[in-house]
Amino acid sequence: MLRPRTEWESFIKHRKSMGPIFTALVGVAFVIVTLRLWHLQIVQYSSLADRAENNRVRQMTLDGRRGKILDRNGFPMVDSRPSFQLSLIPEDVDNPRETLDFLRRRVDFDVDSTLDKMRHSPSFQTIVIKKDIDREDVAFVEENRLDLPGVFLEVKAWRNYIFGQEASHILGYLGAISSAQLAKAPKSVYSMDDFIGQYGIEKVHERTLRGAKGYKRVEVDAAGRELALLEVIRPKSGHDLRLTIDFTTQTAAERAFEGKMGAAVAIDPNNGDIIAALSKPGFDPNVFAHGISGDSWKKFIQDEFHPLQNRITRGQYPPGSTFKIIMAAAALEEGIVSPETTIYCPGHYRLGQRTYRCWKKAGHGSMNLTSALIQSCDVYFYTVGLRLGIDRIAKYAKMFGLGKRTNINLGAESPGLVPSTDWKKKARGKPWIMGETVSCSIGQGYNLVTPIQQAIMIAAIANGGKLVTPRLVNSPRPGTGDRPGANPKSVSVSPDTISVIRNALRLVVTAPHGTAWRIKNGPYSYAGKTGTSQVVRMKKNETSDIEEIKFKHRDHALFVGFAPFDDPKIAVAVIVEHAGHGGEAAAPVARKIMDAYLQKINVPPSTPQITGHVTDKSVLPMENPL
Amino acid sequence: MSDIELPEHRFLRNFDFMLLAITLTLCALGVTVIYSSNLQSDSEFMRSLYIRQLYWVGISLVAMSIVIWIDYRLIERMAYPLYFFGVGCLAAVGFSGRVIGGSQRWLSVGGFNIQSSEIMKIILIILIARIFDDMRKEGDLGVLDLAKPLIFTLIPFAIVARQPDLGTAMIFIIVFGCMAFFNGIQRRIIIWTAGISAFLAPVSWFMLKPYQQERILTILNPDADPMGHGYQMIQSKIAIGSGGLWGKGIFEGTQSKLNFLPAKHTDFIFSVFAEEAGFVGAMIFITIFFFFLMRLLEIVLHARDKFGSLVVAGILCMITFNFFYNLGMTLGLFPIVGIPLPFISYGGSSLLTNFLGIGLALNISVSRYKLG
Repeated sequence: MLRPRTEWESFIKHRKSMGPIFTALVGVAFVIVTLRLWHLQIVQYSSLADRAENNRVRQMTLDGRRGKILDRNGFPMVDSRPSFQLSLIPEDVDNPRETLDFLRRRVDFDVDSTLDKMRHSPSFQTIVIKKDIDREDVAFVEENRLDLPGVFLEVKAWRNYIFGQEASHILGYLGAISSAQLAKAPKSVYSMDDFIGQYGIEKVHERTLRGAKGYKRVEVDAAGRELALLEVIRPKSGHDLRLTIDFTTQTAAERAFEGKMGAAVAIDPNNGDIIAALSKPGFDPNVFAHGISGDSWKKFIQDEFHPLQNRITRGQYPPGSTFKIIMAAAALEEGIVSPETTIYCPGHYRLGQRTYRCWKKAGHGSMNLTSALIQSCDVYFYTVGLRLGIDRIAKYAKMFGLGKRTNINLGAESPGLVPSTDWKKKARGKPWIMGETVSCSIGQGYNLVTPIQQAIMIAAIANGGKLVTPRLVNSPRPGTGDRPGANPKSVSVSPDTISVIRNALRLVVTAPHGTAWRIKNGPYSYAGKTGTSQVVRMKKNETSDIEEIKFKHRDHALFVGFAPFDDPKIAVAVIVEHAGHGGEAAAPVARKIMDAYLQKINVPPSTPQITGHVTDKSVLPMENPL
Repeated sequence: MSDIELPEHRFLRNFDFMLLAITLTLCALGVTVIYSSNLQSDSEFMRSLYIRQLYWVGISLVAMSIVIWIDYRLIERMAYPLYFFGVGCLAAVGFSGRVIGGSQRWLSVGGFNIQSSEIMKIILIILIARIFDDMRKEGDLGVLDLAKPLIFTLIPFAIVARQPDLGTAMIFIIVFGCMAFFNGIQRRIIIWTAGISAFLAPVSWFMLKPYQQERILTILNPDADPMGHGYQMIQSKIAIGSGGLWGKGIFEGTQSKLNFLPAKHTDFIFSVFAEEAGFVGAMIFITIFFFFLMRLLEIVLHARDKFGSLVVAGILCMITFNFFYNLGMTLGLFPIVGIPLPFISYGGSSLLTNFLGIGLALNISVSRYKLG
């Protein structure tokens, strides 16, 4: 078939022009592709190579085992046990509702809140369904793996406060790291979901306990499966911490305090080691250690008896008659009285227009220093106090460690308050009034002490005048324990003065009129001083509940003491809130604590009492003081 | 030298061995990269994909040989029956086709799944060439001249776009446009087309399905939705970029081995290659492809008749467009649509189509000096 020549020729002519056009277009595309390749493979190479590496390599943190907290004999009080945590990765769960409902058949958890979390977090991020699931649940998940896509088990260390509430204010608890703490800490040490010590020993000794994290770098595929182990840096375990607490004594103290509020501190008067310490009401650290719910936290915070407050170091109480120990030391040292000086107590004391009562309305009659301490005569100490003046009283109070922090290494501590003329001018802007000296002389008024200060004070009497530094951690590793209490400061009070006071305190227990007579029949030779401190009155119409008003108005019962008298091994300070008289409510508690410890360290019971109620059956050593 | 030459000798002398060699080189490269991309797969099937691709290369070579030996003027005569057969197949897919990846594209014939829209590309090229050839018109074509081929283009376009496979559907239009342009059209048509396109672009935006819109938006900011539509794009760029200058080494690509790269042996095979071969390898590859295209252009420019020239021009446009669109897509420059990399991507239908195209080109090139 022949074609018109012109048509063919015009086509050839046209197609010839197409060659360069096509070549140019392809050339441009070629250049664009080249530039783009250059951009990605050369210019952006390092950042994209990093991203490929991030895709490929997953770095997993390996937590170091947290150190245990042991008692002085190596008995564990806090440890970490392995626990199973049920988690899921949203993007691997095909049908969330169905999968979770299936899981719910066996495992008790909130399906809706889990679904809600899944909706509000990135699809690749692990979501915790339930922590610390029990063995049956673990078995169920293992058996039904195929029906639970995306759901998996993780092994986590579970902080375990073995004895629940016991010594909770000392041990403290772990809590989720706050953003502020995270910002302060070095990056390699903590990450977002870490739990760190937030209270007590757990907080103060976080560095020792926590150990160091390790890392595992694994090659993963897009589905997150681990294909190869690339690198492992093993985590380092934290160091165990050995406390000075004696677990047996602690338990005895906890039992003695059952149903009571307040605080108790038992200390070794020779070196300041804290043998037992408690604050009631307490809390169970296990509730905190794995994330506490907002509601439970609120309940703790709003509790009117403040279970989270550590009364041992932060509870400030009027010392009441226990302060008479300080008064006695001051009076003897300043030459106000000699041990033989007598002062007559008619049952009240007049100062100007006001009358100050002795606790015994009928009066104690003629009192010397020893009998005044034995019977806790108020009038004797009013008289002595006025002769001393508040500033000299303050000097001795401070000498015995009151009014300033004891430096126990346990977080925030209250200093208490030792009033003086200077203090009042500064704090209140008013001059000191004589009448205030009167109430301060018997440990009321502005006076405030903490249980730990009380313990240090009585320890100084027990050990012959040495002011020890309290110590909670007894660790052979240098740098991990508290400051050693090896060189306690001596109180600048003569040995004679201390001796007079010591003997008097022994008689407080043993003398027929001694205020601590209730404990005289115990197996050891105790000495001590009772106290009853008035609680600040509330306005009567503040609450309608009569029982509650009465409770809140009841006096605090105090006792400070030590045993055995000749060679003190333990000094104790006890405050039982709203419990009435010290001799009645606090001294028996203190005795139980001392008994438990002395028995534990095998101190032989002392011979029958000097006062000689030999026929009394209760004099016999108790087989089991607990 | 004798004036008389045996047909066999003439064939051997005129046969474009270079084109065939380059084609086979590309295929070999494709099979290697397919092998590499599924090297560590859990699935036996995935690991053996390269063998399936080899089968397809074999089938395609047979098909190509047949096409080479047929007188292409016979093919020209068969253009209309072929077209209606192709449209029939496309329509049949709509009713009985297998659903893979959410769209109906496949026609199952005797155990082989053939994407009929792929074969349709070649058929359409043949038909358009035939129509233009039939016009016997001197000079540029007018609007009325274009109406008929345009209608024949829009029929398969509509069917394929409905599947929905916008990528392939787009190629029908592109091929038609390129062939018309190559044949020569009046300048005002070009101007009008450009104007109308500019006007219609925003309108057509609203006619796209939401997922298609998202894919286009993804180009602008893939990081906005890193786990969704941006994922493929980001992973592809990471794969290519992390290859660097020299690449991670053959069979050493992590993005593909560890499955971070989706569609790695099909649409994103270039990413696998560029990750392993680096900038240098990628440059060598596109340079080879450039020569391949230039070779085809030679045939277009020297074909001895209008039909042949137009057919090869259509094939050239198809392959060129596929090639650059696929590269642009893997490089994060174009929206993601299912357009494979010619001769490299896994997929029998597209391989067969491209080989048929090369067969036609070789046929026409051999016939170049034949006397009419």
